[in-house]
Amino acid sequence: MSHSHLLHTTFVPTAPPSLRRRLGVGAHLPRKPHLIQSKIREIFMPALSSTMTEGKIVSWVKSEGDKLAKGESVVVVESDKADMDVESFYDGYLAAIIVDEGLSAAVGSTIALLAETEEEIALAQSKKSSSPAPASASAAGGNDAPMVLEEMPSPVPAAAPAVASVSSNASAVGSAVHPASEGGKRVVASPYAKKLAKDLGVDLKGIVGSGPNGRVVAKDVEAALAAVNVGGGSAATTAAEVAKPSGVELGSVVPFTTMQSAVSRNMVESLAVPTFRVGYTFTTDALDALYKKIKSKGVTMTALLAKATALALVQHPVVNSSCRDGKSFTYNSHINVAVAVAIDGGLITPVLQDADKIDIYSLSRKWKELVDKARAKQLQPQEYNSGTFTLSNLGMFGVDRFDAILPPGTGAIMAVGASEPALVGTKDGRIGLKTQMQVNVTADHRVIYGADLAAFLQTLAKIIEDPNDLTL
Amino acid sequence: MHSAISLSLSSPSPIARSSAVNDTCPSPPRSLRFCGLRREAFGAGASSAATSLRLTSSDSRSQHSNLNGVFAALKGSSSGFDYDLVIIGAGVGGHGAALHAVEKGLKTAIIEGDVVGGTCVNRGCVPSKALLAVSGRMRELQNEQHMKSFGLQVAAAGYDRQKVADHANNLASKIRGNLTNSMKALGVDILTGFGTILGPQKLKFGKGDSGDKIITAKDIIVATGSVPLVPKGIEVDGKTVITSDHALKLEFVPQWIAIVGSGYIGLEFSDVYTALGSEVTFVEALDQIMPGFDPEIGKLAQRVLVNPRKIDSYTGVFASKITPAKDGKPVQIELIDAKTKEPKETLEVDAALIATGRAPFTKGLGLENINVQTQRGFVPVDERMRVIDANGKFVPHLYCIGDANGKMMLAHAASAQGISVVEQVTGNAHVLNHLSIPAACFTHPEISMVGLTEPQAREKAEKEGFEVSIVKTSFKANTKALAENEGEGMAKLIYRPDNGEILGVHIFGLHAADLIHEASNAIAMGTLIQDIKFAVHAHPTLSEVLDELFKSAKVKLTAPKTVAQAVPV
Repeated sequence: MSHSHLLHTTFVPTAPPSLRRRLGVGAHLPRKPHLIQSKIREIFMPALSSTMTEGKIVSWVKSEGDKLAKGESVVVVESDKADMDVESFYDGYLAAIIVDEGLSAAVGSTIALLAETEEEIALAQSKKSSSPAPASASAAGGNDAPMVLEEMPSPVPAAAPAVASVSSNASAVGSAVHPASEGGKRVVASPYAKKLAKDLGVDLKGIVGSGPNGRVVAKDVEAALAAVNVGGGSAATTAAEVAKPSGVELGSVVPFTTMQSAVSRNMVESLAVPTFRVGYTFTTDALDALYKKIKSKGVTMTALLAKATALALVQHPVVNSSCRDGKSFTYNSHINVAVAVAIDGGLITPVLQDADKIDIYSLSRKWKELVDKARAKQLQPQEYNSGTFTLSNLGMFGVDRFDAILPPGTGAIMAVGASEPALVGTKDGRIGLKTQMQVNVTADHRVIYGADLAAFLQTLAKIIEDPNDLTL
Repeated sequence: MHSAISLSLSSPSPIARSSAVNDTCPSPPRSLRFCGLRREAFGAGASSAATSLRLTSSDSRSQHSNLNGVFAALKGSSSGFDYDLVIIGAGVGGHGAALHAVEKGLKTAIIEGDVVGGTCVNRGCVPSKALLAVSGRMRELQNEQHMKSFGLQVAAAGYDRQKVADHANNLASKIRGNLTNSMKALGVDILTGFGTILGPQKLKFGKGDSGDKIITAKDIIVATGSVPLVPKGIEVDGKTVITSDHALKLEFVPQWIAIVGSGYIGLEFSDVYTALGSEVTFVEALDQIMPGFDPEIGKLAQRVLVNPRKIDSYTGVFASKITPAKDGKPVQIELIDAKTKEPKETLEVDAALIATGRAPFTKGLGLENINVQTQRGFVPVDERMRVIDANGKFVPHLYCIGDANGKMMLAHAASAQGISVVEQVTGNAHVLNHLSIPAACFTHPEISMVGLTEPQAREKAEKEGFEVSIVKTSFKANTKALAENEGEGMAKLIYRPDNGEILGVHIFGLHAADLIHEASNAIAMGTLIQDIKFAVHAHPTLSEVLDELFKSAKVKLTAPKTVAQAVPV
């Protein structure tokens, strides 16, 4: 049902504000109240049980124009408990159906209009056409249709602009013309691509097909959506803008996508926070050895680092805190490690919640799941905006050290460089080859002081240099 | 009827059964082996054949030892012919008839030109069930929310195409073996070759050359079945443009497959292909997909089986031309409007499955020798499966059952028709009630039905002047379904409120195909709602969906209790 929530928000006043902000298509439609005169009545979605917040229209027993007698069944509604027939309280004519079969509506929202006389049907229908149409997608169990996340949540992790630029080369410039599509007059798209395009409000025309014979497949639609430019948040422009190929045209000015705008906003906002940086070098031979040993069980380096960080944070709650109002510490009750991931056209920070409590194997599985969802743009808000500490790792690109910008709303972010062999002199006067990794933590000095970070990094170094606790 | 228990308790019927053998040859010690084989054969090939019979003869419930029949068969034909009964075609229909014939003491032979088991076992219901078993599990494992709701964690599910294909193939060979053994063990002669009717009670079999043998039989049953129907303009290459015969081999899983025809064959394959990762496009000539199902069930099924899956559809169109993929070009499907015949669109897909129906297979049968003209390929028969010739007269001692007569193209219907014919040739007037034969579509969840659809019932009611009532129950209210997290589904009962007669039952939901038999048995036995509603169902089981259905039906008890008569179709 949560999916239908998102798609049919016109009827979901109960959706939390965080959800309402970033709906796909439906949200941007103007929300006009029904201005219904006396003789035209609204039929509301009834509350069929005490726990019901929305209902799905299973079927309309009556069609538009049918005469209704008081007490007659008009519609079958599926609640959280069962399918039930809904009766009319008035005599009249079913003038207009506003919520079609298979779609959901919140309890209390208008699902149809009832006219008292036959003459008023036309009037009622004109009301309907001026009222917001529900999204046309089918809501029936659509668990495979991804949700649209056009906007970034406010605590956008903007650790590494470098990450975004790495991914921008990934999208290729291509021709939208299908070789066998009669010179582009016809769109050849797979059934799922069509379904997705319809659900997401993306126009298939002009999408670059990457499937066999240039056919548009689901991932092309998703890529097009990611590249959508929704300047000013107007959905009306969505479809048209999709057509833009994602390659860079030299000499042109390309407005930000919604995600890029959000990043920009957050970056500017971060300037209001007094940050400072502390660096540290870890020896990772033991961590690398452990990783080699348990890699086959699906454990990833990211999960290991997140786990180590979380365990260190347990001992240093202040590093996991944040300053919300400039007057107080907010000590977070959960240790949620956000990890920056580059995706097409931006970056997102899937969150490993309670990383200190979850074992490394589950954490690795969770991570894989989050990354898959992020790529498919299916992350739920709490899966990317609940981080209390952020990790940004550019080590895989050979970057040995870098500096991250603190995402507003959090206390610290750790930039992780590559793990590389280095010639080290040890205290006993020897010289040896060790694998080392540099990290650089950026923190909000209003709540986190230099000594706090130093102590935290020392603890983290201990964990990383003797990492056996990570597998407990 | 053929459960192990009833067999072991059975004794030769005290009622006049016209079987001399029973009198002269007292029941010998029973061998469990025979029971086992018998059961296996029925269970696999024609799951419901026995239960869907409406027997009007008085001894309908009597049981006979298979051994009696075997001894009879070994004695030879008592009629002066080579055989008492020769069946052309060893599919499920022929097999069912043969087993029943042996039981009735007839010397029986069965002619098979291809492989024992026919379409159902080799290229139909049986291998497709193997693929659907795989697709059901894939679907479940891929449904993350479903797994999570159980608290289960599953890593990405994958499959090995060849092993899936092997499973289907192995199942077919196993069932084929069971069928062959069961007939051999009972003394049915399996004659290899194509059977051709030469005249009344006379036929030949062989490869169609000089080595053919001529035999005589007191009665002959034609059970030659059907082959996939390929409309003209469609070029089947067996690789990218395929029929169900090829699809069941699962030689490749295309990214995008068009399925021409959205009946139960098309629907089942859409279930298999989408579970294995394909995207599907239905091409349907009628105005809506899934024609033939009760409209309400069809609507619900579409909501669950089509809309949320990677499927789209074109309705009201014919595929006028389909060209297989070659030279790097995809499969091309030219669509024309079903009514105006105007060209509409050309689809380009990776593969096309032709599931437009099945055509009777009567080639080489020698129907011209007995002056029988097929109608649209089907052999014309009356309600007792007696073959009718071009002059409208019965061809003596010749019957046709199963897909070849086109009455009801289902394996278990063929078997039931075969048993009905055997009853007749052994002296029992018998008419099969086709309205009691259930049908099922093994999607996830399954669809099943018996009797009339709502529009059919309303039409009949209007014609005959009775009232029709409808009640529905939901799987959402069923404990067992909820425990399985499979609350999606409904059952629908169409009945006469005046006398409590069940006109039709339609189920969509978990294990619907297994649930329908309570309803089909009730129809077959003429059980009325006011009686069946007192039957007790174990709790918690899915069968309570039907229990609730019968209990919620309102019958005006003032009406006199009447037992419905058999309805020939």
